[in-house]
Amino acid sequence: MAYDKKHSEHAPSGQHGGHSEEYLREKHLMLDPLPRGQMNDMVMESMLAKPTWKFWVVASLLAAIVAYGLFYSWGRMIAEGLGIAGVNRPSYWGIFLVNTVFWIGISHAGTFISAILRVFRAEFRRPFTRAAELMTTFGLVQAGFSIFMHMGRVWLAYWLMPYPNQRMIWPNLHSPLTWDLLAITTYLLSSTMYLFLPLIPDVAMARDRSTGWRKTFYKTLALGFRGTEGEWTHLRNAMNIFAFAIIPVMFSVHTIVSWDFAAATRPGWSSTIFGPYFIVGALHSGMGAAIAVLAVIRATMKHMDYFIRGEHFDAIGKLMLIISMAWAYFFFNDYMVQWYGGDVWTKQLLHFHEAGPMGWMWFAMLICNIVIPWAILWNPKWRATPWLVATVGIIINVGMWFERYIIVPISLSINRMPFTWRLYQPGVEIPLGIGTLAFFILLYMIASKIIPLIPVWEVQEGQMAHELKKFGRETVVSVSELE
Amino acid sequence: MATLSDLKISEVKLGEEHTGKWGMVIDQDICTGCQACVAACAMENNLSFVGEEDSGYGRSMHWIRIERFWEGEYPEVKMTPNQPMMCQQCGSATCEPVCPAFATVHSQAEQLNLQVYNRCVGTRYCANNCPYQVRSFNWRDYERPEPLPNQLNPDVTVRRRGVMEKCTFCIQRIHKAQDKAKSEGREVVDGEFTTACAQACPANAITFGRVDDPESMVSQLAKRSHGVKHLEELGTLPNVTYFKGG
Repeated sequence: MAYDKKHSEHAPSGQHGGHSEEYLREKHLMLDPLPRGQMNDMVMESMLAKPTWKFWVVASLLAAIVAYGLFYSWGRMIAEGLGIAGVNRPSYWGIFLVNTVFWIGISHAGTFISAILRVFRAEFRRPFTRAAELMTTFGLVQAGFSIFMHMGRVWLAYWLMPYPNQRMIWPNLHSPLTWDLLAITTYLLSSTMYLFLPLIPDVAMARDRSTGWRKTFYKTLALGFRGTEGEWTHLRNAMNIFAFAIIPVMFSVHTIVSWDFAAATRPGWSSTIFGPYFIVGALHSGMGAAIAVLAVIRATMKHMDYFIRGEHFDAIGKLMLIISMAWAYFFFNDYMVQWYGGDVWTKQLLHFHEAGPMGWMWFAMLICNIVIPWAILWNPKWRATPWLVATVGIIINVGMWFERYIIVPISLSINRMPFTWRLYQPGVEIPLGIGTLAFFILLYMIASKIIPLIPVWEVQEGQMAHELKKFGRETVVSVSELE
Repeated sequence: MATLSDLKISEVKLGEEHTGKWGMVIDQDICTGCQACVAACAMENNLSFVGEEDSGYGRSMHWIRIERFWEGEYPEVKMTPNQPMMCQQCGSATCEPVCPAFATVHSQAEQLNLQVYNRCVGTRYCANNCPYQVRSFNWRDYERPEPLPNQLNPDVTVRRRGVMEKCTFCIQRIHKAQDKAKSEGREVVDGEFTTACAQACPANAITFGRVDDPESMVSQLAKRSHGVKHLEELGTLPNVTYFKGG
């Protein structure tokens, strides 16, 4: 393609902090416009590219893992009972709840990147909002799997739904689990709608450029969108409303998830700081996952190096660094207040976290969540290196998984009845957990073949608003108000 | 017919005003730790036979357990009195509000914590939130080896996999005694019946009865000054009093 050649070696001109026009264009997607038709074709090409044999190998491997890890193992657990998992007294909740919190955390990055950055008009968000929104929806699917797996009699799960029945029994609205169910359902529905709205112009674009079943598929999804002024006005209004409305939903979901723990009477759980602590933790893992996904998309899909550039990794890297600092603050806050409280059982538990048989996990959590991000993300050059930030993102996710593991099964091992203290050893939770991960990746791979992963209209809109102006010898970026 | 407005959750009053109805007094000084109560409870309440492996992994199915503790370092090890632990039938139970399905509820008539097996969906939140850790979960459908199926108690249901269960203070015995007293046109007399654990205890360490009746054996015993209620500081209002070092 033409754009490959266009930005070859353009060293920064460097003097007086100013940069040459070529340098700016190469660095920033918004200043490097391509003709609309060409860009649309690029996105279509990347989506319609014939899957390589590698794609099929990875996809069938993932499908096999999903079939065994998720469906077979879960079926066996439904048939035989939770005995084949590792949950016991006192660790009644095991990796199932760890994974639930973990996947809900992952799903937070989507809304954060898409809605918060959209509301605050962060221009760098434009090419990857779709990729992040997909993470939200697919992550919530895995969270749903994890929470339903954990139920002893999952075939009666509909009893948790408020439905009219002759016995006049409703779900118990005193229970944090009921709040949780309502919050996650709300989040899943609203994030799916929020994924769909900005998708409409892109599927309309795809509809005009495809044939066969795809044409029918996109035609259905596009809801007859033709791109008239009136349609855009309505769409923009709807997206605006959703972007603002979904932000409180996102905050409430993870606060409510934290209430599952914070509202309980367990040492180490009943902590008032858990709400914000969980939200920051969710963003921490979510940003890490988002950057890893972006790196994979960029490396494997056609034309993606035009859309996703070093500047995007750099920008998310900065966010990751800030969130890592915030997480460290809240972690310290949570620890300090609990320790300061002086409750004998809490003190036992905190000691058990660091010096117990699973103490290595506690230290690994701090290294993955604080030491490694701080050591790497301060450097702008390293931040702009996709594989490096993606690795940091994965490491953060490992660390955040450890954090949830420490909060759920390890904290449950210790309680006010020393006679029942016992360690937790995961059983069938491991294939189930790997199954959810494989399912997440598989869903993403399928989506990359049927949904335009780049919101083309959003990129084009941004490029129209950006302009390079010359004042004397200085090149200045100007952004015009769009709405 | 009961309507929704009748199902008000009554306010539980803290402190002196709360009396409860059925209660227990356990004298740890005379408990020998023989586990007769554990066996009697299992037989009375049709508890599953969990087996060695699951039991060793913390899945033992007991509604009452004898806790043993040691103090000091070897060789000066002192064993502390045995501590039978079962559901404390809290007046303000932490297990109750957290159940999303209303499977664990408070009985207004008997002032007991009820577990509704056929409503339980197995989220296990109640067991997490029980500070006494006295709830047992049916991790599997356990088989009863012969000849155990021959001694199932017809007054008590059996539970399937995925359901939580716990001590009921032998509510089937309470109801039986109340029915008998009602048919004879009188009140239930103190000591007329007792729970399986109390009945089986060879040392008479367990006493069961009405705590709201000042004349009952339980109330008389509970007045002794060295009675302790476990984890009372959490505000759970437990109905079991322990004596130790009297």
